[in-house]
Amino acid sequence: MVATHPAPLQVLGLDPQRSPIQAQLEHLLIEGRRAGADLVEVFLERTDHIGVLAEQDRITSVSPSFSMGAGIRVFKGGRDGFVSTDDLGDVGLLKALDQALAMLGLDRSALASGASFEGLQPLRDFGAVKHDWLQRSPDLRTSTDRLLEGTALLERFGQHLEVRRGSYARDWQEVLVAASDGTFARDIRLHQSSGLSVLAADGDHRASIGRRYGSSDRPDDLREWDLEASAAEVCQSAATMLRADYVEGGQMPVVLANRFGGVIFHEACGHLLETTQVERGTTPFADKVGELIAHPAVTAIDEGLSAGAFGSLSMDDEGMEAQRTVLIENGVLQRFLSDRAGEMRTGHARTGSGRRQNHGFAAASRMRNTYIAAGPHKPEALIASIDQGLYCKSMGGGSVGPTGQFNFSVEEGYMIENGKLGKPVKGATLIGEAKEVMPRISMCADDLDLAAGFCGSVSGSIFVTVGQPHVKVDAITVGGR
Amino acid sequence: MPSPLEVAEMPSTAQTAEAELQPIDVAALRDHLQRYASREGIRQWDLGASRSTSASVQVDRGEAKQLKAAQRSSITVRVWNEQGLVGITSCTDLSPAGLERALAGARDASAFGNSEEIPAFSPLAKAPTPELERPLQPARGIRSLLHTLKDAERQLLARHSAMDTVPYNGLSEGCSERLYLNSEGALRQMQRTQASLYLYARAEEAGRKPRSGGAVRLALGSDQLDVAGCIDEAAKRTISHLAYQPITTGRYLVCFTPEAFLDLLGAFSSMLNARAVLDGVSLSKAESIGEQIAVPFLSVHDNGLHPGHVSAAPFDGEGTPTRRLSLIEQGRLVSFLHSEATARHFGVEPTGHAGLGAKVSVGPDWFEVGTSDGMSSGNSHLHHVRSTDTFVLIEGLNALHAGVKASQGAFSLPFDGWLVQGGERISVESATVAGDIRALLKAIVHLEEPVVTHQGVSPHVWVDGLAITGDA
Repeated sequence: MVATHPAPLQVLGLDPQRSPIQAQLEHLLIEGRRAGADLVEVFLERTDHIGVLAEQDRITSVSPSFSMGAGIRVFKGGRDGFVSTDDLGDVGLLKALDQALAMLGLDRSALASGASFEGLQPLRDFGAVKHDWLQRSPDLRTSTDRLLEGTALLERFGQHLEVRRGSYARDWQEVLVAASDGTFARDIRLHQSSGLSVLAADGDHRASIGRRYGSSDRPDDLREWDLEASAAEVCQSAATMLRADYVEGGQMPVVLANRFGGVIFHEACGHLLETTQVERGTTPFADKVGELIAHPAVTAIDEGLSAGAFGSLSMDDEGMEAQRTVLIENGVLQRFLSDRAGEMRTGHARTGSGRRQNHGFAAASRMRNTYIAAGPHKPEALIASIDQGLYCKSMGGGSVGPTGQFNFSVEEGYMIENGKLGKPVKGATLIGEAKEVMPRISMCADDLDLAAGFCGSVSGSIFVTVGQPHVKVDAITVGGR
Repeated sequence: MPSPLEVAEMPSTAQTAEAELQPIDVAALRDHLQRYASREGIRQWDLGASRSTSASVQVDRGEAKQLKAAQRSSITVRVWNEQGLVGITSCTDLSPAGLERALAGARDASAFGNSEEIPAFSPLAKAPTPELERPLQPARGIRSLLHTLKDAERQLLARHSAMDTVPYNGLSEGCSERLYLNSEGALRQMQRTQASLYLYARAEEAGRKPRSGGAVRLALGSDQLDVAGCIDEAAKRTISHLAYQPITTGRYLVCFTPEAFLDLLGAFSSMLNARAVLDGVSLSKAESIGEQIAVPFLSVHDNGLHPGHVSAAPFDGEGTPTRRLSLIEQGRLVSFLHSEATARHFGVEPTGHAGLGAKVSVGPDWFEVGTSDGMSSGNSHLHHVRSTDTFVLIEGLNALHAGVKASQGAFSLPFDGWLVQGGERISVESATVAGDIRALLKAIVHLEEPVVTHQGVSPHVWVDGLAITGDA
């Protein structure tokens, strides 16, 4: 019986107008400043999560969880110390502050001269209008009913299905950010993700196909989910891929479909435009602002503003309002995504991109809704321009390594032969290097669309959106058999 | 404009960076649970709890980059309602209020419990657990960690002029406590300490592409970490990739390093997992036991008690004792990994590989891959250093989360490695390896002597005829 979530916080939450928390925060901040910290930031978090899984025609798992915690970060001379704790009592928070100070050689008993703290600014409360979102979200009965409806539709539309699954996760999060520069902001976030997946099997042929959908700040999202369309899409893809051949590897031109095709920009370039990569020296673009780094057909944007998109946010995890950041315009690098530490260490101004999975992580510069802008072409024109190549209709996950080498898998692909779609193929993995592939994105179609996903990196797993119109890559290595 | 704050007088309690781990008060925890459960009419419950402290450092070219510490706690409460259905709730609050809320949440969730498969207490939850020789190690503190890591970074960068940074590095130490208890009086409790070091360097020569390589070490305490070995391995690996060239697409004789093979086996562990079998997402079926799924000279055990397993635990999430389990003998599948529920379904004992949940997960612990007793491959001339054959030595597989289709058996993965010709190694610039795990297990042509790694035990594993796609 050791961790404490003080009763007022449990009952009243993190709203300073209802909870006696502002004085506690200001106390931590002044103590940190007086100890000699350049800046002290406190991130408080309260979460409420539900995960539901339906298999065949049964609910097989309902997993609720809730948590509270704090992350305290202290900056001094470009360095920082970060301590997270589940103990939000006075003693627990002060202990965490002391640990963070001690990491930087600071001590509350040795008061630094000249340290000042002008107090917190008036609260910017982005959560005020969202106070009832948790209550408005689907309850367990609704959630389980919707998933069972989904698996029943899979049965109706599918053939040779051995496994039918529906999943749903609702993540509600209340955050309060206070920093010794006066930052004082509160938000409530609601993310819902749902998905349908199947395993089709016939003899030695097997295909596992899934689709995931996600939204932010839409309490009615699960209720409004077009289950019939989703189930039909999954079943159609499974039927197509069940007997698909494995792709023959090699270098070839590819057309990547819109929506989740945007994973190519996310992995190949997006991560390399985060200031965490500049700090590490792992991006080839560090000194390329103002230079042509991509084909002139490419304009790329990262923003946190699109209504309902998975990566949208009212404020980032450092209390800064979301922005629209043009990363690349007509092939020319415009700017990097930056957080507080990134601004301090690299000079790139903050872009409202300081994000973290939870209070256990220090914020870092991360993507939000990231996409290649629409171009002038029709999707058919991209395919028609290729004699022999690969059309990637549906993508799996991907990653990028420390030297800029990226990869991502293709879940549903078709060979392109003489400008037309040919036989379906599976088992393709696309690999390349950002510096080489970005100039090869030579055509962008006019059908920009977004898709929800999760991104795991230095500050944990976060909700993001990838997106693009159909794009053509002139040549890329397609791994296969 | 707000006025400057009045500062309340508070005692200064500056402490050393490492936080001591306050043990969980089991008696109080059990009393509270029992009281709440009785009040709510809950007759059967169990609980898993953990608490940990940790500290870690990262450096960047001689300077501290980020220093971190954490205190974490979590509990998962599972209850059986009057209809016998199970519900769970997890939270981070071990206070009485947190427990009460978790219990109420679990009771609410139990209304949606799966009547087709109801977990029960493990029949082995009170059986004796194995003694683990894992003495707790003292924490050195974050200043000491920082000093060690700065020195390690300096030594690594001094190994070769082309190595300019160590962009991914970290040194951490921590202490954790875990317990399981249930309403029938079972109690499991353990503490452990653990430390880790990883160094991934980046090297670049003029006019050439950047390359990288690295190494990892684990130990019970930060004093016991093989820092010199980690530096040496990271340096050798990074330098060995400086000379690179593209590889021609084709089929190759491939040698997986122990780490790479353990990664691949782990990605396809659902074929050894009873939960996945019952869910229909495994390559195996219930009747697959006894089938020849690999070459006869291959054996695979899961041994969570191995002395090299730093994270070893004497019991699983359901309180079942950890034990060594034979999975593949002479190429035949002889057992699955089990939880209580899957074991009951198959009519066997739980194997100590369960989590804790409404639907209990099952997973491997620590693979031991080796040559079956009394057998050999007949290809002892194959050796990753001495062999004069042309082969691809795969050092590490990337993007397993994306490139493995476990339920289909297929993989298509980028890798780091070398093309070896006449004993000379040339790093492969950029390539993928693809295949089917079922075919791969039957195409193994040789196993070298097993090596203890930080993630399991495995020899270098030789496989014939794997598809490699390259840029050449």
